[in-house]
Amino acid sequence: MGNVPASSDEDDPDAETDGGVRAYTVRLELVDEPGELLSALAPIADNGGNLLSIHHERGNITPRGHIPVEVDMECPPDRFDGIVEALRDAGINVIQAGEEHYGEEISVVLIGHLVETDLSNTLSRIEDEADAIVQDLSLTSPEGTDGVASARARLAINSGRSTEALETIRTIGTDKDLTVVEPLLAGDAA
Amino acid sequence: MKLAILGAGDVGRSVADLAGEYGHDVVALADSSHAAVDPDGIAVESVLERKVGGEAVGTADPEDVFDTDYDVLVEATPTTLGDAEPGFSHVQRALEADRHAVLANKGPVAERYEELRALEAESAGSIRFEATVGGAIPILSTIEDSTPEAVTAVRGVLNGTANFILTRMAAEGLDYEHVLAEAQDLGVAEADPTFDVDGTDAALKFVILANVLSDGGFALEDATVEGIQNIPGSALDLAAEDGRTIRLIGEATRDGVRVGPRLVPENSALAVTGTRNIVQIETRHAGSLHTSGRGAGGPETATAVLSDVGRLPPL
Repeated sequence: MGNVPASSDEDDPDAETDGGVRAYTVRLELVDEPGELLSALAPIADNGGNLLSIHHERGNITPRGHIPVEVDMECPPDRFDGIVEALRDAGINVIQAGEEHYGEEISVVLIGHLVETDLSNTLSRIEDEADAIVQDLSLTSPEGTDGVASARARLAINSGRSTEALETIRTIGTDKDLTVVEPLLAGDAA
Repeated sequence: MKLAILGAGDVGRSVADLAGEYGHDVVALADSSHAAVDPDGIAVESVLERKVGGEAVGTADPEDVFDTDYDVLVEATPTTLGDAEPGFSHVQRALEADRHAVLANKGPVAERYEELRALEAESAGSIRFEATVGGAIPILSTIEDSTPEAVTAVRGVLNGTANFILTRMAAEGLDYEHVLAEAQDLGVAEADPTFDVDGTDAALKFVILANVLSDGGFALEDATVEGIQNIPGSALDLAAEDGRTIRLIGEATRDGVRVGPRLVPENSALAVTGTRNIVQIETRHAGSLHTSGRGAGGPETATAVLSDVGRLPPL
């Protein structure tokens, strides 16, 4: 499985790739040796995953004396198990195994008078009430700060909690008269 | 089969025009004020010429249609909400006379589904309504073939106007009003596009789908509906930075109906472009089926009507 071309959508005929992609976070632990990180990332790309970000916590050491690495990536849901398997086949220690441990990532777009309605309050409410972590935020307000603005927030959510979190975000949007564009969850789209 | 067509808009006229090709005779074609009726078959070509030329379709009264000997009533009058009249009464009269009815009009099937099924149960005739959902795309027949019990959800894009607007906004970075004006110039959006952009049209179709899945129980008022009027071009730009786009997506399950703008991956099957429609039929035993095509238009919708006619049992 490791020698297929990277980023090809045709490499696994059994995977359903037209149902959309979903973001995943995988925690790995690496031996502190040159080239370890690269060899850990190759199986992800080779199996249809798209790397979003890598947190290489060089200062931290796991109880076994290894370096924890957190990888954010997205892939079609059907491909995810294959990626984890390929990582293990490549001798990488995947710390958080079992689907229930993988965090889910979703994006939402908020539209409306974001600044006037106190964007930072909106985001803290999302974090508190929807039990989510705002990982990053892009904001555009082409009409100036008192006009209609749009923001895209990438949220980390406990596995299996996306539907509830989105319901809560919808309520917050209604409270603040914001339009919430929710993702079509890939589990629904696959 | 002998067809009596009510409604002489794009769909009604196209059904009349194509009926011969499918082996059927047209014994009546009526608009709201006049009718052409001939038990031996109307002269379709000259009737259509008159209608297009702005003349009356014929000299008969629309009421005369019901006294003609027909097998299938084709209900292609404009969709109305609430009591869904006069479409509902037209279908009722056909069923009470033990005739079949094929609908292109969404109103009766979305708003009064259980009443239609009750009338059908008492009649020798039956009803079909493929043309009400997704124009030319075989959606209801696909569900019927999979058996509705085995279908858990139907999702997708069933309004070409809204999809065209969102596609153009994303491609050109323009705002809603600009693109809407362009769509109206091109004839993609109607002069009054309200039902297309506020989600009502898509919601009616997903309500019909929910009714099929649950054998009734839903009307438009049960649907949660949001339109695309509040989506600025900047929101589509933000979505694109993340490899996503926004589409007006409907969902019908046994639990309810929801229509609203949703984020979908740019390269996903549901992110069709332009006026194209698509649905994803989620099944219990066979994964997801996707079916896509032209969701509106006279000849396109007429093919769905005529496929329905072909599936009707002999009376």
